[in-house]
Amino acid sequence: MSSLPANTDRGAIRDPNSLGRPKSRAARVLRERIIVGALAVAATFSIFVTTTIVVVLAKETIGFFEFPEVSISEFFFSAEWNPLLGAEKHFGIWPLIAGTLLVTLIAASFAIPVGLISAIYLSEYASPRVRATLKPALEILAGIPTVVYGFFALTVLTPVLQKLNPFLERLGDGWTFGNYNAMSAGLATGIMILPIVCSLSEDALRAVPRSLRDGAFALGGTKFDVSVKVVLPAALSGIVAAFLLAISRAVGETMIVALAAGGIAQITANPTAEVQTMTAYMVQIFLGDAPAFGVEYKSSYAVAAMLFLMTFGLTMVGQSVLRRFREEYD
Amino acid sequence: MAQERSPASRLFANRAFLWACLVAMNLAVLVLVVLLVSIFWQGWDTLSWKFITNFASRKPSEAGIAAPLWGSVWVCAICGLVALPLGVGTAIYLEEFAKRTRFTRIVQTNIMNLAGVPSIVYGILGLTAFARMFGAFGTNVDEAIEFGNSESLWYIRLPFGSSVLAGGLTLMLVILPVVIISTQEALRAVPSSLRAGSFALGATRWQTVWGLTLPAAIPGIMTGAILAMSRAIGESAPLLVLGGLLLVFNTPENLMSDFAILPLQIFNWAGRPQDAFHAIAASAIIVQLVVLLAFNGVAVLIRQKLQKPLQ
Repeated sequence: MSSLPANTDRGAIRDPNSLGRPKSRAARVLRERIIVGALAVAATFSIFVTTTIVVVLAKETIGFFEFPEVSISEFFFSAEWNPLLGAEKHFGIWPLIAGTLLVTLIAASFAIPVGLISAIYLSEYASPRVRATLKPALEILAGIPTVVYGFFALTVLTPVLQKLNPFLERLGDGWTFGNYNAMSAGLATGIMILPIVCSLSEDALRAVPRSLRDGAFALGGTKFDVSVKVVLPAALSGIVAAFLLAISRAVGETMIVALAAGGIAQITANPTAEVQTMTAYMVQIFLGDAPAFGVEYKSSYAVAAMLFLMTFGLTMVGQSVLRRFREEYD
Repeated sequence: MAQERSPASRLFANRAFLWACLVAMNLAVLVLVVLLVSIFWQGWDTLSWKFITNFASRKPSEAGIAAPLWGSVWVCAICGLVALPLGVGTAIYLEEFAKRTRFTRIVQTNIMNLAGVPSIVYGILGLTAFARMFGAFGTNVDEAIEFGNSESLWYIRLPFGSSVLAGGLTLMLVILPVVIISTQEALRAVPSSLRAGSFALGATRWQTVWGLTLPAAIPGIMTGAILAMSRAIGESAPLLVLGGLLLVFNTPENLMSDFAILPLQIFNWAGRPQDAFHAIAASAIIVQLVVLLAFNGVAVLIRQKLQKPLQ
């Protein structure tokens, strides 16, 4: 160090071994400032994106409510959504929300149990060799485009479900599967979110320290006791956050429901019925069923705003679950 | 373990749960196998070289995917060229430069929220911001301001309309949070002792990032980037909002060309009632899955080749 010239802080660094041109301190500081500035601009871009989404959706939604045939009270409190057909148009959002919830419920009741149990198996039971073959299978499932799941629902799941129709007929009218139904779309959505549930839950389970397991085994717990009564509760915040993320994916899923769920906006709990979700309605509008800039066209922005609020709420709840209920073991 | 239970019942629970595990896991694998087999079974016969090089047609036997395939390539290239620098830059700023202030906390929460926004909502944003440019240039296509010859490669028109450029930028919005989050994770995995060593030698923050942290994090960043790109290839809802289902008979020539993409072509064919169209939809899915598999294969290769333990 003593061989360094005394004026390094002001003058140029003249180390013959250093690569590149020698730079003055001022030049280095300037370059540093420019780079940090550019990076900060990049980071601000994401804020700009969110702001623009909110402003665009708010502006267009307000524009929608300014049409004389639309009223805010009908939008939130009426159960009829019929913007395209008939003399009188009705804009009550609930049938679309009900359709979305039905598909999401079917998807979640398939993906959450199967995904969570698979995650426990991968994290606690499976040998490294089994893991090495099962993880890629899940990764492939995660990478398949959603339109492929829609095709699968339409051409495989629905025909299989229709095989049940002879038995379902005895239940009464309206309980048989048609070409479009909530069940096939829900199941396909469930398959789509399964890898999300599974891999995020597994991450949470594997983050639980080994000492907890060792302690529980030392107390005489079986593998089941240790996995389900010790490790699972310890990882609960991460697992709940994984569920919420998967559910918000299901709520926002578009191509599967547009292909397989049908186009009738109705409030029903019947999984064999045709339903229209919020996203499927938007697809119908943007595919050109409505004249641009008319009231039906604008209604899709109001639906998008509701969708944005729902997924935003789910994400925020998920984030706060992670922050509030995280168990720290260090 | 609140109440006392007999060892027999506990062992039974243990065994029953193991069975449940095996059933769940096999169900997941079975679903994947059924999915792939059913698609290959439906689409294998109609898959041919002609199918890949032909353009759209009303007759399923004549139809091909040349336009959507090249459209997908263009859109994804634009998407990647914008999203990767922007996303990696954001992540570097948040991880290596920014102090933990209120602002960075807001940015971080905001990125998590953006990752949860449904892709169709990004479609609406792309339609308003890129295709129509907030109506700043009028709402009529004829009013558009043009730069350059519409035949040339550098032709630009404002607003962008439902062009390849608008499509690529819209997809960029969708994958940007994914790129940021995966890059942040890759940077966080670089041990801080490396940075400390670099600072101790008198390097500035940027010199440390450029010479040390980034090269060490490259495998992680590349893996994340490729996974984000494979999401972009399969994404269709935002582009459906942007341009609807265009019937396109040529490959894109410049940034302002109309375009079709592979997933939307699949959607179009799958939505028709005739079985012949379902068959070619399945063939197109096979092509799509092969492309995706190639992408993921490259990601795995990079992970194995470049990843060196740093501790």
